[in-house]
Amino acid sequence: MTAKVITALISIIAGVGGALVLYYLLNKLAERLPGPWEDRIKPYVYILPAVAAIGLFLIYPAYQTIVYSFANRTSTEWVGLDNYRQLLTSEAFLQTLFNTLLWIVIVPTATVILGLAVAVLADRLRPRGEKLTKTIIFLPMAISMVGAATIWRFVYEARPAGQPQIGLQNAIVTALGFDPVVWLQQERFHMNSFWLMVILIWAQVGFSMVLLSAAVKGVPTETLEAARIDGATERQAFFRVVVPQIWPTVTVVFITVLIGVMKVFDVVYVMTNGNFNTNVIGLEFYNQLFTNGNAGFAAAIVVMLMVAIIPVMIYQVRQFRAQEAGR
Amino acid sequence: MTAVSQGPPPTPVPGPVTDRKTMGGRRRQLGGVGENAGKANWIVKAVLLIICFLWIVPVIGLFITSVRQPDAANATGWWTVLKSPLDATQWTLANYTEVATESNMFRAFINSFAITLPATLIPILIAAFAAYAFTFMEFKGRDVLFIMIVSLLVVPNQVALVPLLQLYGQFGLNGTFPAVWLAHIGFGMPLAIFILRSYMATLPKELIESAKVDGATHFTTFWRLVIPVSVPALASFAIFQFLWVWNDLLVALIFLGPGENEPMTVNLAGLIGQQGQGWQLITAGGFFTMIVPLIVFLSLQRFFIRGMVAGSVKG
Repeated sequence: MTAKVITALISIIAGVGGALVLYYLLNKLAERLPGPWEDRIKPYVYILPAVAAIGLFLIYPAYQTIVYSFANRTSTEWVGLDNYRQLLTSEAFLQTLFNTLLWIVIVPTATVILGLAVAVLADRLRPRGEKLTKTIIFLPMAISMVGAATIWRFVYEARPAGQPQIGLQNAIVTALGFDPVVWLQQERFHMNSFWLMVILIWAQVGFSMVLLSAAVKGVPTETLEAARIDGATERQAFFRVVVPQIWPTVTVVFITVLIGVMKVFDVVYVMTNGNFNTNVIGLEFYNQLFTNGNAGFAAAIVVMLMVAIIPVMIYQVRQFRAQEAGR
Repeated sequence: MTAVSQGPPPTPVPGPVTDRKTMGGRRRQLGGVGENAGKANWIVKAVLLIICFLWIVPVIGLFITSVRQPDAANATGWWTVLKSPLDATQWTLANYTEVATESNMFRAFINSFAITLPATLIPILIAAFAAYAFTFMEFKGRDVLFIMIVSLLVVPNQVALVPLLQLYGQFGLNGTFPAVWLAHIGFGMPLAIFILRSYMATLPKELIESAKVDGATHFTTFWRLVIPVSVPALASFAIFQFLWVWNDLLVALIFLGPGENEPMTVNLAGLIGQQGQGWQLITAGGFFTMIVPLIVFLSLQRFFIRGMVAGSVKG
């Protein structure tokens, strides 16, 4: 135990100190270079370790993943497009894709709407109440997805009818006179997937609320007053004046949650491990890699995920360019 | 404690949160007191009360169960204690002792620190140097490289896992702390550079220029001038990365797996997966994993929110 603490401390000192010494030495070397070469080389010296880390741990592996997606389960033989063909013709994988699509459609939308509702309503409270409300809604952001899943597994706990229910949701249902429900096995209409989505929504609304609240407070008062003078009701003022002005932020929140949802793993892994038709691609990737030991399938799934993320990437770069231009 | 409500973060998230349009005009004062403050009628208050209730009650249920006697915790709902909260015999901390020792949660707690601290602290300096170069130095390929970093922000970590697992296998790194440190340093780097550069770009260029005129080298300017004023951005990234690594399950599961070096998330996932573990243990384990992030959240709320907001796009 103490050995681990000491190892960690030594690693911090060695890592941070080592980086510092490295930069110092490289910088000294660059300063020795004649005339203009110093200024030409120095920037590359400064970015080199960071770019090397990105290259080694993101870009090179991403490239390898694409390569592996055309190879067999142990990456020893080329199989062409077989991995993709087998996955996309398998009933189970198509179901998994459909489930992921449900998550992508429902979770970001619900998160934006709930976050906006809390932001707008809490804006009407006195400062102390607003602060407390926001703290409570934001709190789940601090909790890990495994922790969140633990919390909600307990809420969804089901005991046979007649026994006292210790899960909150079934306690309410039985108190109202209904039979207890095994929530995580309700495959009809994908209700169990929905109960899993609740966990992610619960965790993300705080984020959505913080961003949207700042945006709502940033709407110039004149525009609202003008609308009211023109005879707009509060509802009209909200939908025709406030919403268009905060729309850019709504997009940012939506896309951010979307990225998180596309690769969701922890919640489903802990709650059902994909059983009862709740599988999603983030989990299927893990199960192909470990449970099934098929690196080819795992890689092919990630490549599909990457392809799906490309539009978001393009959007991201465009936004960045626009922002830089406005600086 | 600082209010959650604050203006747009100083480290802009990619996207028009700090849109020019919203910058002009008379803004309602940021930080809470707007023109609507205090205007809530009872319906608004009731709706917010219900939402807050729904948000916090599951957490309270988890905590109460974790300090109940094992038999009671598995036989009756946690809300039954509310009838007689002062009955001291129903409360116990034994669940925490048991989960810490029998289920090795204490070992996992130490592991979580051993994983998280190096993975948080080491990338900061490396990213800061790169961010400085991207902000204040001219060089060929700068814009292309930076665009690449921006686009990498949204790339999911999953893309790197299969090859890294094989690469680590060749060096015997799987199952060791350096495996996760290196992975998290690499995965966090684009975000770190992005956050720090966004912040440094807001510093007045004249400041850097005048330091140059006074004969300061880049190294001195960076170390003496830029780093000290960039502390808020450094803190935002550090907190985001700390929580990201602390709360991570996937990377730890793949490179460390259950066992000697597992962090708390892996231990908790295992605890839930085992048949027949009583709820008093699972809830105690669950709450144990949340203590550190909750302390960070409640004590550093302002930095925490900036970090979360700036880093939320991380893939």
